[in-house]
Amino acid sequence: MVALVNPASGSSDVLVIGGGLQGLSSAFQLAKAGLRVRLIEAEYCGRHASGVNAGGVRTLGRHVAEIPLALAAREQLWHRLADIIGSDGGFVPSGQLQVAENEADEIKAKARVAMLNGLGFFHEQWVDQQQVRELVPSISPHVVGGIWADRDGYALPYKVATAYRLAAEKLGVQIVEQAPVLQVDHQAGMWQASTAQGAFHAPWLVNTAGAWAADFAAQVGDPVPMVAGGLMLMVTQRVAPFVKPVLGAMGRPLSFKQFDNGTVLIGGGLRCEADASQRHAMVDLNRMPKSAQTVIDLFPHLRDVSIARAWTGIEGFMPDEIPVISPSASADNLVHAFGFSAHGFELSPMTGCIVAELVTKGTSSLPISAFRVDRFAAA
Amino acid sequence: MSNPAIPLNDAPSQLRDLVVIGAGPAGMAAALAAQRRGLDVLLLDEQPQVGGQIYRSITQTDAQRERILGADYVYGKSLADQVRASGLTHWAGASVWQIDPDKTVHVLRNDRTTRIETKSLVIATGAMERPFPVPGWTLPGVMTAGAGQILLKNAAVVPQVPVVLAGCGPLLYLLAAQYLRAGVEIRAVLDTSAGTDWRLAIRHASSLLAGWGYVRKGLGLLREIKSAGIPFFKDVGGLRIEGEDAVRQVRFTSAGHSQQIDCELVLLHQGVVPNTQVSWSLRAEHHWDDEQLCWLPVLDSWGQTSLPGIYIAGDGAGIGGALVAEMQGALAGIGVANSLGFGTSEDGAQQRAQIAQHLRIRPFLNQQYRPKDEFRIPADEVVVCRCEEVTAGAIREQVQLGCVGPNQTKSFSRCGMGPCQGRQCGLTVTEIIAKEANLPPQEVGYYRIRPPLKSLSLAQLAAGV
Amino acid sequence: MASKALFKYLPGHQAGAAGTVSVLVNGAVVRMSPASSLAAGLLAAGITAVRVSPVGQGARAPYCMMGVCFECMVDVNGRPNQQACLITPEDGMEVTTMQAAPSVLDAQEAKHV
Repeated sequence: MVALVNPASGSSDVLVIGGGLQGLSSAFQLAKAGLRVRLIEAEYCGRHASGVNAGGVRTLGRHVAEIPLALAAREQLWHRLADIIGSDGGFVPSGQLQVAENEADEIKAKARVAMLNGLGFFHEQWVDQQQVRELVPSISPHVVGGIWADRDGYALPYKVATAYRLAAEKLGVQIVEQAPVLQVDHQAGMWQASTAQGAFHAPWLVNTAGAWAADFAAQVGDPVPMVAGGLMLMVTQRVAPFVKPVLGAMGRPLSFKQFDNGTVLIGGGLRCEADASQRHAMVDLNRMPKSAQTVIDLFPHLRDVSIARAWTGIEGFMPDEIPVISPSASADNLVHAFGFSAHGFELSPMTGCIVAELVTKGTSSLPISAFRVDRFAAA
Repeated sequence: MSNPAIPLNDAPSQLRDLVVIGAGPAGMAAALAAQRRGLDVLLLDEQPQVGGQIYRSITQTDAQRERILGADYVYGKSLADQVRASGLTHWAGASVWQIDPDKTVHVLRNDRTTRIETKSLVIATGAMERPFPVPGWTLPGVMTAGAGQILLKNAAVVPQVPVVLAGCGPLLYLLAAQYLRAGVEIRAVLDTSAGTDWRLAIRHASSLLAGWGYVRKGLGLLREIKSAGIPFFKDVGGLRIEGEDAVRQVRFTSAGHSQQIDCELVLLHQGVVPNTQVSWSLRAEHHWDDEQLCWLPVLDSWGQTSLPGIYIAGDGAGIGGALVAEMQGALAGIGVANSLGFGTSEDGAQQRAQIAQHLRIRPFLNQQYRPKDEFRIPADEVVVCRCEEVTAGAIREQVQLGCVGPNQTKSFSRCGMGPCQGRQCGLTVTEIIAKEANLPPQEVGYYRIRPPLKSLSLAQLAAGV
Repeated sequence: MASKALFKYLPGHQAGAAGTVSVLVNGAVVRMSPASSLAAGLLAAGITAVRVSPVGQGARAPYCMMGVCFECMVDVNGRPNQQACLITPEDGMEVTTMQAAPSVLDAQEAKHV
């Protein structure tokens, strides 16, 4: 079945660049399909976007092209994670609610739901003011309604990444850390990834290098206009439980949830400076007053709660805010999956399946044409 | 939809030449030295008065406390007087919550956030007590010796019940002597130092002689303690503090014999270490010092860090004591003045020579009062992260699972994620991982420190600049 | 929740002397000096444990007295998680020791340890 790799022999079927969740789930699914996989990670697995995000398991509010992937990820994977990788990753199906704070938000929300229904999607439901108060009794009375996705929720990013990692290793995936890939080359039917720790070879290459993936894409002839940026989050000190669902807001950026331990996580599109070459992003709390104000507007009683810490990681952002998930347009035996623009967490278990399908069968059973790597090329 | 009750923040102030963070001896000296050379200086501290911890409340003390605390404490008045007389701008009650790479300092003061732009920074945030993780150290009734001293200095408050002093180092003996003068009943002194190794002492003979002033002072303190007939236990190990909701007793061994003492108040101390929270948050270079068993910022001969224009002076640069702190502060102030072109051509040689002289005793003290391994790298059951109640054993487990650094263990266990953001556990966790993974502490590294460095509420942030 | 006081003032400094302020601690008046920290005033008044750890529910008390340990957190004038060792007592200040993670839904309802 699975040929266990002898590290000394260095023989693999697939090289996966990047030990974030996209890479880890890809490595796992490829190994499950019987391939010998080596994953190469620049720092340690889950160090950046995958380890520091808000953990939203969210189908709500997505670009239409992502919805089939998101729904499949939620139903086939997130709700069954323990069966698949031996851990539920801390997944709590708390539901996600995107609140409408005024009439303009309400109109927008209802239009969206109608549009989705028209496309055959019913996972987002309009809920009115009364229903919102039932879902979140402590929310400010000015909220007029919202969009509700009851099977969404949240999980713990680092726990999920680690669980995927352990599951992958159990299937024989070899993981090399502290090994930034400097260069990828394709010669005589073999891909070569060069690192300071040596060069690795395999017939197939998977580019899941997150904020650094565009460099590799360019090297292989698939340039994309991706930008590496920092994304900030903050967490408060513990407060007594007051909200169950994960919250967003229609009219302004917000990602907001309370963990079992009482701490409240606050985020929402908070960009900050990042130096991708130094692999470091800088927290600047001064960019967060609007998020803090949003939270206070929705929950006035939180005004005096202290922020314990803010943090950030580096993510890759695409101009159309949807990822690249596709075979290379110019080279053989290469699959890309990157550029998740700060909302790849929920998709990542399914990304791995799609990548494995592309490698083993050459096609994907989910629609991915919107995610082609060459969609930016001049027509 | 802003709340009109939140006050608008001060407009960003003008560009300063120098901001000094910390108004202890190093900070006061740096600010004075720079101001005297014509710089525009702002001195910040979160306390209501100058003095830092070593000279805490020096501007509000009285004859009774001065007699108890001693001449070294009273000396601090002269610095405080100079600051007042100088007309230096001093912001009391100012807590720094973020410092940007361009040195902009973000401060919370009177419930308002303000941004201060400056050309240079002196960080003089001093030292803190070395963590002392033993079973029961989180119980009410356990505090640090430094806390005892602060209560005395700041509030004229002393123990009302018999107190057990446990640990090692000059500050512990100093406190014991001060408590004796104040009429406090000391139930026992539990000395955890390994005992005088005279061969090592001889190796440090020249530093002993050079630092004889310090040594004589120390011997004098010990004499005071011993002649008062206080039970003095040597070579203490296996220290456990026990009780349900409060301290009831301590158990320990002394020179191999088991002991138990009923008590309600235990003050712990095994040295002080640089408070590196700010310097790590700036990502200044640090190196692990095996002699001082802590992280030291890498500094040039003026005290400048690896980040141009950012200096560290005082115990935050390495433990040297109050007089060294003052001299380092002056040196940094001069260095800043030089670097900004304020016409001084001082080379700082005299200050450096004085500092070196005063530091000669340190190797001996570091050796003599080296905290035992068991009190730095404790047994599995001992809580190392007080805030999140993570044990040493939990950290070791994570190392076994492949974590090789404190940031990974943090992700797994919440260790270091609580309110104190790693201040009380950082050193311990680095050393536990180093030992368990068989790596040098330098390679293991330290927590990634992020803002806010001090508590900031959502409302305070929302009204932010 | 006053237990036996572990600390006392030096002679001539007792609470109630001229220059003290009245602070409400869990509803009871405690005299303190405005020249020293709230944490010191609490300790001298016999209030040692000031909160309960939200993790293990054990009682916690001030440990370092200099703002590093974050053990001395109390609710001051309705604001939770204030470090008492960095706060100057003021007349009429309302201090509540913290039973558990602070409830944001009813700041008045904070329980006494």
